[in-house]
Amino acid sequence: MTNVLVNAPKTAKPGEIVEIKALILHPMETGFRPGTNGRIIPRNIIEHFVATWNGTEIFRMEMSPAIAANPFVSFFAVATESGTIGLRWTGDEGFLVEEQVAIAVG
Amino acid sequence: MKSARVVLGLASVFAATFALAQGSADKRRSGYQDMGEALQKMQDDDTANPGMLFVQLGEQLWSKPAGAANKACADCHASGSMKSVAARYPAIPKDADKPIDLEGRINLCRTANQRAEPLVLESRELLSLAAYVAFQSRGQPIAPPSDPRLGPFREQGGEIYRRRQGQLNLSCAICHDDNAGKKLAGVTIPQAHPTGYPIYRLEWQSLGSLKRRLRNCLVGIRAEAYAYDAPEYVALEVYLMERAKGMPLEAPGVRP
Repeated sequence: MTNVLVNAPKTAKPGEIVEIKALILHPMETGFRPGTNGRIIPRNIIEHFVATWNGTEIFRMEMSPAIAANPFVSFFAVATESGTIGLRWTGDEGFLVEEQVAIAVG
Repeated sequence: MKSARVVLGLASVFAATFALAQGSADKRRSGYQDMGEALQKMQDDDTANPGMLFVQLGEQLWSKPAGAANKACADCHASGSMKSVAARYPAIPKDADKPIDLEGRINLCRTANQRAEPLVLESRELLSLAAYVAFQSRGQPIAPPSDPRLGPFREQGGEIYRRRQGQLNLSCAICHDDNAGKKLAGVTIPQAHPTGYPIYRLEWQSLGSLKRRLRNCLVGIRAEAYAYDAPEYVALEVYLMERAKGMPLEAPGVRP
């Protein structure tokens, strides 16, 4: 069950600056906290977030253990052509979530 | 110039009466009104409110079969058919003599109809289902049932609310009735209306129930928190929902 909420405009004018917002369910366990048994809970974070526009990378972010659970990312892009915005989160324990949203420019 | 001053004077009289009229009206405030603008925006935007992730999860769980009966919630209750339900809990089920809250109701359905193990309190599954149900009552006024059997539990809840507890010897009422609106360690003391549960609390980095919030307060006054399944919480919930009667639900709420 992937659990992502993406907020991006469905349409944009050519050259318009659009905001893309993405929220994902993830514990972002730091790897520094002891559990109830006293042992350190292993680190489990999202390491990378990459956004593409029709396959071309437009935004990349490296995440650290200091980032809160369920990270919310907001970034801007210039709308040039219609197509697909791809969002990809990868991290510890083989975490991989991909989400796509369509945008019409014109 | 003089007439302008008279007009101005009249305007301030009107303003004063208006303020008075407002003052005599409902003075209850949801915690939402006392938090910063950024957090209000976070709650209002369904793609920024992290509670909505759990609503989405709850929606997926709603149609997932469980238990020996191999039935999903959706097999009896169509998706989206839970409008106003969260606004009337806790309530006493037909053949029972004690009130149960929304999470209790979900677990009752699980054990009685799905013939499955009850979900662990505060587990992601139970909170997500509760959030999905509560979300469908968003904007609905809190409407506790008129069931007379609830009376003693409401009184018990009120008694706990006003009872001094813990090493700090404080009652709920001392902070949330007598000193609401004032500051405690730089934070505005809210009136403690359960309008947004289950809430996404930034401090928790997770969704949590009203029980968990009550436990926070009990630990804060250095009292021993009741066990998660203690009837005291439900009694308090019955009392608090009556106290917040008519206020709109805003689940899933975001709080700092």
